[in-house]
Amino acid sequence: MEFIDYYKILEIQKTATEADIKAAYRKLARKHHPDLNPNDENAKKKFQQINEANEVLSDPEKRKKYDKYGKDWKHADEFEKANQQQSQSRASSGGQQSYGGGDFSGDFSDFFESMYGSGSGGRTRQTKFRGQDLNAELHLNLMDVYKTQQQTLTINGKNIRLTIPAGVENGQVIKIAGHGTPGTNGGPNGDLYITFTIANHPKFKREGSNLYANIDLDLYTALLGGDLQVDTLDGKVKLKVAPETQSNTKVKLKGKGFPVYKKEGEFGDLYITYNVKLPINLTEKEKELFTELSKLRANGN
Amino acid sequence: METRDLILIEHFCTNHDIEFSFIDSLQAFGLIEVVVHEDNKYLHQEQLKEVEKMMRMHYDLDINMEGIDVISHLLKRVNSLQDELRITQNKLRLYENED
Repeated sequence: MEFIDYYKILEIQKTATEADIKAAYRKLARKHHPDLNPNDENAKKKFQQINEANEVLSDPEKRKKYDKYGKDWKHADEFEKANQQQSQSRASSGGQQSYGGGDFSGDFSDFFESMYGSGSGGRTRQTKFRGQDLNAELHLNLMDVYKTQQQTLTINGKNIRLTIPAGVENGQVIKIAGHGTPGTNGGPNGDLYITFTIANHPKFKREGSNLYANIDLDLYTALLGGDLQVDTLDGKVKLKVAPETQSNTKVKLKGKGFPVYKKEGEFGDLYITYNVKLPINLTEKEKELFTELSKLRANGN
Repeated sequence: METRDLILIEHFCTNHDIEFSFIDSLQAFGLIEVVVHEDNKYLHQEQLKEVEKMMRMHYDLDINMEGIDVISHLLKRVNSLQDELRITQNKLRLYENED
């Protein structure tokens, strides 16, 4: 286990008084408190450390043990006892002293304990009211959110049947009320917050409910026009390409985009951009004909 | 009136060991809405999270009511900026090359 220097965490000297500790804790807690830093994992982690440091250093007994035993302060009593026993046995046998083997896992105490409950601070709030909120991340493909679907998620060992509405966006957070940890003393359960991470589609880019796709167009269809079959998320669609279509021309396919979130039956549009591909590896005959064509347009346009 | 989704403020204050005046102050600053029914004062259940957050600011972090008011407004702005950032990041994905 890595040694955690609580003094360093609270940015105080080892000689700090109780008032110094309190002031340092308040100052840092105001800076890193999760309530004041929403969705900031670093702040949350930092606050956990500050809280842990404060829990130990603001209690004279715990501080004394921490100063003496460092990371293993929680086991100070066991050490003291072992020390006494070993002193006794050393007195009789002259054996070597060794505390060895004690890789104590001194986890950070759950910061919620002091935030919501068991009164580590000045207050004496003992009872919890509302359960803790839980956060989960759900990774999906674009097609997974094209249609409203149900999925069973396992969160904290509990199965939750979830309806994922069509049109959910990447990064969107959905609150599932009452699926956090249970409340106490008859209080409501916390909520479950699910953040959706939606992978890009290889063919379609999405912006809100609109989709964007690039389609290659051969030179002859671009010049002379013709019919084209394009893929949409809804199946294939036949398109008429107008003669003399330029590269980068955009075509809007109304209602062929993505479903609008929570608006059943409403869809965005699909925008298709044509990329005109020039033929390569020309034969001698083709070169001849293109040269002939070029002569028909003296200025090249 | 249906009080199932309402939390009796008296219970809330007892459970959290806080003064009733704290809730009154939040109401006076327009930070919460208090429902009065048959001489009892209630909080909407959906407000609980916010009230508890403000309670932590006040009691754990020593922030006064004016500070809570300012922070609440700023947090609303942070939330809306985070939403805007998410939308912008999604727009940027339009230009990302997948292959």
